[in-house]
Amino acid sequence: MTEFNMNSKSFYAALNEGKLIGSRCKKCGYQVSPQRLICPKCHSDQMTLIEFSGEGKLAAYTVIYVPPTEMQQAGYNNKNPYCVGVVELKEGPRVNAQILDLDLAQPAEIKIGIQLQMTSVVRESKGSSQKFLAFKPV
Amino acid sequence: MSHKKFARGVAIVGAGMSKFGAFPDMTSRDLFVEAFQELKASIDKGLNSNDIQAFYLGNFSSDQFEKQAHLAPIIASWVGLSPIPSLRIEDACASSGVALREAAISIASGLYDVVLVGGVEKMTDLPIAEVTDALATAADTQFEIPAGFTFPGFYAAMATAYMHKYNADPAAFAHVSIKNHANGALNEKAQFGQSIPEIMEKKKARAAQKGRPVPSWENEFEFLSDPKANPNIAWPMRLFDCSPVSDGAATVLLVSEELASKYTDKPVFIIGSGQGSDGALAERDSLTYIPAAVEAAKQAYDMAGIGPEEVDFAEVHDCFTIAEIMATEDLGFFKRGGGWKAAMDGRTSRNSQCPINISGGLKSKGHPVGASGVGQVIEVWKQLRGIAGERQLPANPRIGLTHNVGGSGQTCVVHIYERRR
Repeated sequence: MTEFNMNSKSFYAALNEGKLIGSRCKKCGYQVSPQRLICPKCHSDQMTLIEFSGEGKLAAYTVIYVPPTEMQQAGYNNKNPYCVGVVELKEGPRVNAQILDLDLAQPAEIKIGIQLQMTSVVRESKGSSQKFLAFKPV
Repeated sequence: MSHKKFARGVAIVGAGMSKFGAFPDMTSRDLFVEAFQELKASIDKGLNSNDIQAFYLGNFSSDQFEKQAHLAPIIASWVGLSPIPSLRIEDACASSGVALREAAISIASGLYDVVLVGGVEKMTDLPIAEVTDALATAADTQFEIPAGFTFPGFYAAMATAYMHKYNADPAAFAHVSIKNHANGALNEKAQFGQSIPEIMEKKKARAAQKGRPVPSWENEFEFLSDPKANPNIAWPMRLFDCSPVSDGAATVLLVSEELASKYTDKPVFIIGSGQGSDGALAERDSLTYIPAAVEAAKQAYDMAGIGPEEVDFAEVHDCFTIAEIMATEDLGFFKRGGGWKAAMDGRTSRNSQCPINISGGLKSKGHPVGASGVGQVIEVWKQLRGIAGERQLPANPRIGLTHNVGGSGQTCVVHIYERRR
């Protein structure tokens, strides 16, 4: 994992290669994604880059009917809503992601705790297409 | 650290606010002048503006909303305060709650004796999509917004985690909305100023007038579960779960305790102050409460030397209905997971033991984000001085509390206030 650095933008550089990265504290073992230099738990600066498996479960979600401009540009609106959620990775950290391939007609039927697998979604953003983190049910 | 008190006492001796709502003819400075005029009139023994030594202004983003940065000196000039030190504080929707704390600290430090603190936001000039985008900059724009989150979305996600953890009935959200609209109907400054039954009657009358089918809602709950009347914004948060986009300003005058009697015989003392911070939602210790609020509340209670049971009423940050439910738990009024049931049982209504958002809250009063923190203080000032009119609490309340959140919980600031006579 030498090809990515600790700067926040390399999260997306890694995602472009299909990798979900973060960091692990060499002192206390705490893991977090996106990666960062200073441990939020023990405050050491002994963080090392790691790659996560991409397996996780749904911890919180919502179905968005009134999207921000960028999501509108991607084709979402109140007739075509999307799901975004917080995913708890198998390794512990939680990440934000769009959740794909769910039946959004009955948002109440979406179950917290369902198993998810990392994928990505390509959206137009600021005139160019970019890859964003997404998950889908296993 | 948390047990420390202010090095000297700080009192509120005057308060004023503009009406909250949508005012196409007014800019930030006009709104603030309106609030300042009311503040001057509220000071029992009169105010000479030359007494004011510094000005702290809470404002989230006049840069985005009005293309006007560097707002504090402009407003200071417009209310006749130049050349005193004037500064703007930005902590998203907690901007003026934090400005209040910093102003109080400046007096406690001994540097100033008389400080004006306020908040303002002018949001309604922009189209709604641009307002949403502007508000989104209070979140993490590298990792939260690109995932697709919006502000209603953050609180909606907390709501799904909360409902799952505590098996909570989503009808609790409707109860919060109905209560706050009922309270706001008694507040002449409120943006909506109508109870939900009044809103329903108005909609029925309009449909009849236009020759359309008249909706057949039997009660508030039928109205709130009608997807046409109350559309989804970010499930499970619907339109009537969300505070509105608003223009407004609010301001209070702080003085050192020893100077208070120069201005009034009925000052309101700030006896507790606390503030906490946190990272983005996903990285927090919990998705079902706001850790920064727990931290801020602990500091404020410790400084005041009281517990939640001694608070007579609170104005809490109900930007979304779920936020009020979590707030009542974070402040210790109800146990974890008990807030939703308390809301459903009416245990937060105006005539309960624990009245929450008597002003109507952000939901009904309006949420001009940078003004909301000091806007909450206006209600405390009125209730503790017995001048809240129709919505005045009986039994002479003595202790009030405000809880002001920035973003989805990256900032929270809590203050506790006391009437001594």
